[in-house]
Amino acid sequence: MLKRKDLIGLIDATKEEITELLDVAEEMKRHLKAGEKNLPYLKGKTATILFYENSTRTRTSFELAAKYLGATVINIAASSSSVAKGETLVDTGKTLDAQLNDFLIMRHPMGGAPYLLAKVAKAGVLNAGDGMNEHPTQALLDMLTMREYFGRLEGLKVAIVGDIKHSRVAKSNLFGLNAMGAEVRMFAPETLIPKGIDKLGAKLCKTKEEALKNADVVMGLRIQLERQQAGNFPSLNEYAEFYGVDGKSLKLAKPNAIVMHPGPVNRGVELTGKVIDCERSYIEEQVFSGIAVRMAALKLLNDYRESTK
Amino acid sequence: MIIRNGNVVLKDGVQKCDLLIENGRIVKIAENIPANGSEEIDAAGKHVFPGLIDMHVHLRDPGYEYKEDIESGSKAAVKGGFTQICCMPNTNPIMDNKVVVSYVKHKAREVGLCKVHPIGAITKGEKGEQLADIGEMKKAGAVAISDDGVSVKSSRLMRLAMEYASGFDIKCLCHCEDKELVDGGVVNEGLSSTVAGLKGIPRAAEDIMIARDIALAESLDVPVHICHVSTHSGVRLIRDAKKAGVKVTAETCPHYFAVTDELVTGFDTNTKVNPPIREEIDKQAILTGLKDGTLDCIVTDHAPHHINDKNVEYNTAAFGISGIETSFGFAITYLYKTGVLTLPQIAEKMSAAPAKILGLDGGELKEGGVADLTIADLDESFVIDPAKFVSKGKNNPFGGYKLDGVVKYTIVDGEVKYKA
Repeated sequence: MLKRKDLIGLIDATKEEITELLDVAEEMKRHLKAGEKNLPYLKGKTATILFYENSTRTRTSFELAAKYLGATVINIAASSSSVAKGETLVDTGKTLDAQLNDFLIMRHPMGGAPYLLAKVAKAGVLNAGDGMNEHPTQALLDMLTMREYFGRLEGLKVAIVGDIKHSRVAKSNLFGLNAMGAEVRMFAPETLIPKGIDKLGAKLCKTKEEALKNADVVMGLRIQLERQQAGNFPSLNEYAEFYGVDGKSLKLAKPNAIVMHPGPVNRGVELTGKVIDCERSYIEEQVFSGIAVRMAALKLLNDYRESTK
Repeated sequence: MIIRNGNVVLKDGVQKCDLLIENGRIVKIAENIPANGSEEIDAAGKHVFPGLIDMHVHLRDPGYEYKEDIESGSKAAVKGGFTQICCMPNTNPIMDNKVVVSYVKHKAREVGLCKVHPIGAITKGEKGEQLADIGEMKKAGAVAISDDGVSVKSSRLMRLAMEYASGFDIKCLCHCEDKELVDGGVVNEGLSSTVAGLKGIPRAAEDIMIARDIALAESLDVPVHICHVSTHSGVRLIRDAKKAGVKVTAETCPHYFAVTDELVTGFDTNTKVNPPIREEIDKQAILTGLKDGTLDCIVTDHAPHHINDKNVEYNTAAFGISGIETSFGFAITYLYKTGVLTLPQIAEKMSAAPAKILGLDGGELKEGGVADLTIADLDESFVIDPAKFVSKGKNNPFGGYKLDGVVKYTIVDGEVKYKA
């Protein structure tokens, strides 16, 4: 059983823990597919969603997940809260604790912030993305999508293409997929590869061909437009030419390879429209997996909380 | 006062003998000095060092007394074995004029523990735009100038500062950091920054400014001092410059020779320091640089902060480590006990060299010399507990570390200012 108060990162997650999370998520998916959106595992519990960064997809996904599980859900946007009045994260955590929250779901622009919150808060903390550090539920939903399609994760060749340096998605996927025995390849402009990522088990590729050849999964990452303005690459055109995935480059991958992207996609930059909309694109399935994985994470964290009471 | 039977750390070696102190000076260093009825300190089994000098501390006074003040900082200094300290000008107001220099000198005298030497700012407000009143500050008691915390961005102004200051026999202590290259980074750029997802600071951000300031000093043929060297490449730049005859001196800190940046992956904001704690290759180069003389001295860069400045997100937290109470222990444990440096070399790095660089009275135990002494038990160990620091700054990431070398007495001008 998952024995964690918080889910902050996959850096220390074991194969068993990830497997359990994915198993429960699959079960959640079955319920949802059967139209069951009233699964009272978190009935009587409160979850507060605290987002210090804008997001639609992840925030609504967490909100729906908690609601499908019967929890009372509160949404706080940092811009309209006491945070805007200068309250520290530590004080915010104490306040939310005093309001008897069971779970705090936080997105924060600074790496490590959820660890600080988890240290002061009695509530369980779920990391919905912290700076360039981790985004564990995104990686879990990616792994769930892959596992459902291939029936396994072990031995899969996953090519992650794009802004690795600023991507908490890439990092969490690297940790998770490594733990599950998959091969993670990374390909990006040299300016967008974080130092030492190869020492963490990533296989750095020099060319698109090397990255995509015989890949089972091709995962694009969103490129923020400000990265170009900061000089990480000369233009979106050049980026798309050398680092974008189009129909032709997709042919390098295995015939049954799938295309993934954490979204939102810049059409024609990291992936061409044709690739996004092709039958091998699992981007929408990822969104569905997201709700299931977040339900699983909330349920398992809650089970552990109940067991330690 | 007579200090009996201590292992006295002299320039050329350690000698078991007595020291006779009268009127704040060392009158005699010899065996079996006859008792004269004055106070005696039994230093048997202990070591007697020339009073330690820390030429790089932040006392936060005036302006940030909630972090530290001259009294708490002085108490922490003498507990750490320091008889003289030099405080950086990034106070509020900035110590860029004779009034603030005089205030610090005056308050330090009132506190009356260790000697406190102010370091004036290079530029007004540390803004890098106009030279501060360097001559007036020197006259008021400043022993050096520095815009510590930032580099003077303009190479032209930095050159003028070095040139002008040389006329007053006062040195620039250079904080070397190309801010544009740092670009918001908070830890060393490398595997650990990637593991933590924290923005990295490349070595080049430090090295570029070290190289620039060496180039300026060389072109002017004036001395320059490089602060808190943390990179292996920076050590090499300084070594090469010294070999070429450039009048460059340099310092490093315990956190650069004792630990590496894996520490930051736990997000303990007390590990956040500028320049950042680097990697093994840097640590090894710092050790080599200390051994071969490239790095002249060990300073603490004592940077006390309030808990509110540190109990926040890593990115938001203030840079700095409160280290003046543990520096000597780090030197004994990580440099002497490991065989990197001898005791006379430790005394050189922590007393003689800073005295020489800044022209301070002290730095050596010799007859006729000032009676600034640090007596320590090198075989006794202690476990660091930042909560028990006398400094107001409890921001030290080394809680639980066991260090050898406990300061027993700190003696300033022949008076015991600290006794364990």
